[in-house]
Amino acid sequence: MDPVEIVSVSPFVQQFSIFVLAIFVGYYVVWSVSPALHTPLMSVTNAISSVIIVGALVAAGPEVWSISKILGAAAIALASVNIFGGFAVTQRMLAMYKKKPKPAASAGKGDAK
Amino acid sequence: MSALAMNLTASAYLVSAVLFIMGLRGLSGPDTARQGNVYAIIGMVIAIVTTILSPEITSYSWIIGAMLVGGVIGLVIANRIAMTDMPQLVAAFHSLVGMAAVLVAAGAFLNASAFGITDAAGNIFAASRVEMALGAAIGAITFSGSVIAFLKLQGVMSGAPVILPLRHMVNLALGLAIFGLIGAFALSDGAASGGGHLLWYIIAASFIIGFLLIIPIGGADMPVVISMLNSYSGWAAAGIGFTLQNNALIVTGALVGSSGAILSYIMCKGMNRSFISVIAGGFGGETAGPAGDGGEERPVKRGSAEDAAFIMKNAGSVIIVPGYGMAVAQAQHALREMVDVLKSHGVSVKYAIHPVAGRMPGHMNVLLAEANVPYDEVFELDDINNEFATCDVAYVIGANDVTNPAAKNDPTSPIYGMPILDVEKAKTVLFIKRSLASGYAGIGNELFFADNTMMLLSDAKKMTEGIVKALG
Repeated sequence: MDPVEIVSVSPFVQQFSIFVLAIFVGYYVVWSVSPALHTPLMSVTNAISSVIIVGALVAAGPEVWSISKILGAAAIALASVNIFGGFAVTQRMLAMYKKKPKPAASAGKGDAK
Repeated sequence: MSALAMNLTASAYLVSAVLFIMGLRGLSGPDTARQGNVYAIIGMVIAIVTTILSPEITSYSWIIGAMLVGGVIGLVIANRIAMTDMPQLVAAFHSLVGMAAVLVAAGAFLNASAFGITDAAGNIFAASRVEMALGAAIGAITFSGSVIAFLKLQGVMSGAPVILPLRHMVNLALGLAIFGLIGAFALSDGAASGGGHLLWYIIAASFIIGFLLIIPIGGADMPVVISMLNSYSGWAAAGIGFTLQNNALIVTGALVGSSGAILSYIMCKGMNRSFISVIAGGFGGETAGPAGDGGEERPVKRGSAEDAAFIMKNAGSVIIVPGYGMAVAQAQHALREMVDVLKSHGVSVKYAIHPVAGRMPGHMNVLLAEANVPYDEVFELDDINNEFATCDVAYVIGANDVTNPAAKNDPTSPIYGMPILDVEKAKTVLFIKRSLASGYAGIGNELFFADNTMMLLSDAKKMTEGIVKALG
């Protein structure tokens, strides 16, 4: 048997490589975020970090009753608050950011509200 | 699961991760941000659906029930929350991510075979034990730290730092204990009967250290704390991602972790504080600094709403400097109204935002956007600071420390070196403040006594409304 064929990189090292590369991606992407949008950045990162729900789904998934299933369901509920709440509040904030209306010095804009 | 199904699943998670990155990328500008949020939502839907379709999941009633309950609560909160309360909301959301990480780690530990992290004998892999212990520990710190941050921001708990005796020693001891326990947990057999109880000790110790880490940090440093907890919630998610061997979770955790770390850095720089000194705590709060006393007898020029209206009506350009006080007084709508009237008089108006104005990064921008202020009239410190020298009026509403010239002139000041808005260079400074008391950092402000400063001592909203009336 050729030993080269059975030697492979451990899954941990592969995952760790992805992790490190993702940190670099995050670094460059986040520096390009406009400072005016740092609050929406926080709320949206909050929502996406709740993708941890995938772990909760696995815990809550089995047919049989167990403590693990209860913990999983609780985690699903918490993460769902974040996912739905986080994306919704981000969308609400982003909808508020408006450009100056075309006639530059018009004082009347937005007074209808 | 067949090899094909596994590859499909992994590919779907990859798509989610890419969509999350595109979501963050969209935030580079307001025009693309909404589209970015939609990408992130699609990424989340793909991740959840992929997981639910996997063969390990056979029972759906609890899942749907829990998602419904959480989803409804989340949507109701998101639609009702006042924009001034965003810092509290974000802190509360961070605590939920932290708690979810703890629960998932505990669930994975108790039913490890469902997660595919056991060997033939039913013991959890040592690497998985380390990963779940780290995820749970960071999650627990995020949870209790965020709860304290929430209570401070909500005003349930005083914003003043709570200094416990020997806190650095206690924290150090607890931190070392957590690492020791994680090591012991890794070396144990990993079954619930054997070394399993160690995981519960790790979680308990982490809850305590999260609490102890945040209580000594004063309210002025909250922008750093929120960003830091944002980062922690990401690292907790990444830890769980390693346990689950799920790339979407690992990538997301890394993105969120670095995002929070960058925001912490920006906030520290905005205050000229080192991250270490913020963590060490004790800054700000009720204790007045040395320059805070003795200012009472000095003469200040006081003005009324009519005086301010007259000055601004005759000005060519006005720069508005909003701070947290504007948010507290809910003065942003009155402010926008005032600006509309000024513009109708032909005055050019801009807004200048300091990086640490407000209680979280970007807070002022959201409040102004809520009040229908166009975002292209709002400028960051570096972009507008030169313009104070040529503007007629600087209208400081609810900001204090970020305008304090002591940061430039007084090497003994606690805020020396902090970048500030050069409002003192404006021809006239209109400074709205409730009283002449020192700011959040407990430092007196020389600007109050300057010749070109007119103090408008009143509630920010009442004063601004008074000016609108006087502008007529």
